[in-house]
Amino acid sequence: MSLRLRWRKFLSNFMLTMTGVCAFVSVAILFLILGYLVYNGGTSINWAFFTQLPKPVGEVGGGMANAIVGSAKLLLAASLIGVPIGFLGGIYLAEFSGAKVASVVRYSADLMNGVPSIVIGIFAYSLAVKPFKQFSTLAGAFALGLMMIPITLRSTEEFLGAVPRMLREGAMALGASKWKTISTVIVPAAYRGILTAILLALARVAGETAPLLFTSLGNLYWSRGWSQPTASLPVMIYNYAQSPYEDWHRQAWAAGLVLLGLILIINILARTILSRGIAVPRS
Amino acid sequence: MQASPNQGISVNITPTAGTSAAKDHGAAVAMRMTISKLNFFYGTKQILFEISMGIADKRVTALIGPSGCGKSTLLRTLNRMHETVNTSRLHGEILLDQQNILAQDVTSLRRRVGMVFQRPNPFPKSIFENVAYGPRINGFKGPIAEVVEKSLRHAALWEEVKDHLHKSAYELSGGQQQRLCIARALAVEPEVLLLDEPCSALDPISTAKIEELLVDLKSITTIAIVTHNMQQAARVSDFTAFLLTGQMIEFSPTPQLFTTPGDPRTEAYITGRFG
Repeated sequence: MSLRLRWRKFLSNFMLTMTGVCAFVSVAILFLILGYLVYNGGTSINWAFFTQLPKPVGEVGGGMANAIVGSAKLLLAASLIGVPIGFLGGIYLAEFSGAKVASVVRYSADLMNGVPSIVIGIFAYSLAVKPFKQFSTLAGAFALGLMMIPITLRSTEEFLGAVPRMLREGAMALGASKWKTISTVIVPAAYRGILTAILLALARVAGETAPLLFTSLGNLYWSRGWSQPTASLPVMIYNYAQSPYEDWHRQAWAAGLVLLGLILIINILARTILSRGIAVPRS
Repeated sequence: MQASPNQGISVNITPTAGTSAAKDHGAAVAMRMTISKLNFFYGTKQILFEISMGIADKRVTALIGPSGCGKSTLLRTLNRMHETVNTSRLHGEILLDQQNILAQDVTSLRRRVGMVFQRPNPFPKSIFENVAYGPRINGFKGPIAEVVEKSLRHAALWEEVKDHLHKSAYELSGGQQQRLCIARALAVEPEVLLLDEPCSALDPISTAKIEELLVDLKSITTIAIVTHNMQQAARVSDFTAFLLTGQMIEFSPTPQLFTTPGDPRTEAYITGRFG
């Protein structure tokens, strides 16, 4: 075998091994994190975690019921802010705007998606906290909702754009107006993809801490309303993990596990939606 | 723009169709649609040149010609589907029942002039919902199930699907899907039905079914069909228009066009010397 050929074979095998190792490492890291979280969280979690309020420093036990409810409220309100804007904006981009406008909006959305979440937090602070001199659940939801806009917008646009042209023509040939075509054929044909993307966006912001630090702040008790600070799982994890108390560390692990479970449920929901209804076959 | 005074127009409206046979045949036939001096452009490229012809009432009119001759474009102007392409523009006149279609509301025009496309394009809905779609969006308030059944019967699909109307339309075969699309178009009771190479994606048996169907549909609607298949045109149509590079070469009763073509280019095409 010539030297050249041997070198080629060696290089081929070497690169094959390298790519395999890297693929393994990336998966391994995920499972390491998951395993560690499940192990630590699983040993710390108990019924009280879901039902009780945090105990004062020094007392052992208690839970994060307020943070679980707080996170749920934040996500609900964030969706109400982010999803309609992103969804309708995506429809505009895919169906009505010219190529130029679309590329500007698309590019801006991608930029916005890349803005560090702490910057979003500061922005929301100066817009929704400072003027009212009050940290609030709504301000936190505003920050998270802002983060959901670009993801929802881009995925709506993408999934609408993927609906075959012949479906549009089919509807229009029956006398459907543009809006009728969109609302009765195009969106229903794309809704599974869009809904999945929205749920994934929700899963993403569910774990965001930075935007909540200056907006919804945190709360050791039940939040007294939308205009009041609220506890949330990510911020609780952030605070508890920094504390010097062993018991709080355990609580932070449990919170991490609950958050992970929440995201897992959202993911499963997304996949269930994907497998239901009538999909447009790829041609 | 108002209807021009070419009422009672007959077949011999094209320069080449002025043979006596066309006149004889055309005299008895009323035109549902008439096209006169139609020029069509995509951007700066002219696709159709001075097209004049008619779509005979309750008859099948076929548009034939080699690929790229403009026959599909011509068909798409008849319900203004060409407007989905921004750069398109046309001048000339297209009349439906003596009314200029270019001056009408496009959605109500398309309700009157339906279309079936090259490839079956059922919506991602059930069989029933596909057929019910047209009447629903047009504000139909009556017994929708009856309309669906009637339309599916007209499209010769009822017997095959009546037991699973609520299954996905995509579970049907290609030929069934195309007949579903025909049923969907018929459900709004169009005055004219345009078919753009409706069999080009289908096998011979499905094609035969649709051809048979078209002949039957003449009793309820007026049909214009684009086809690249000359035998198909000969089998199903009463009138045939032959287009070449955007020009109307000949427009005659089908038997005449295929047996005694008036133009040497028509003869060359139908005898397979090009195209």
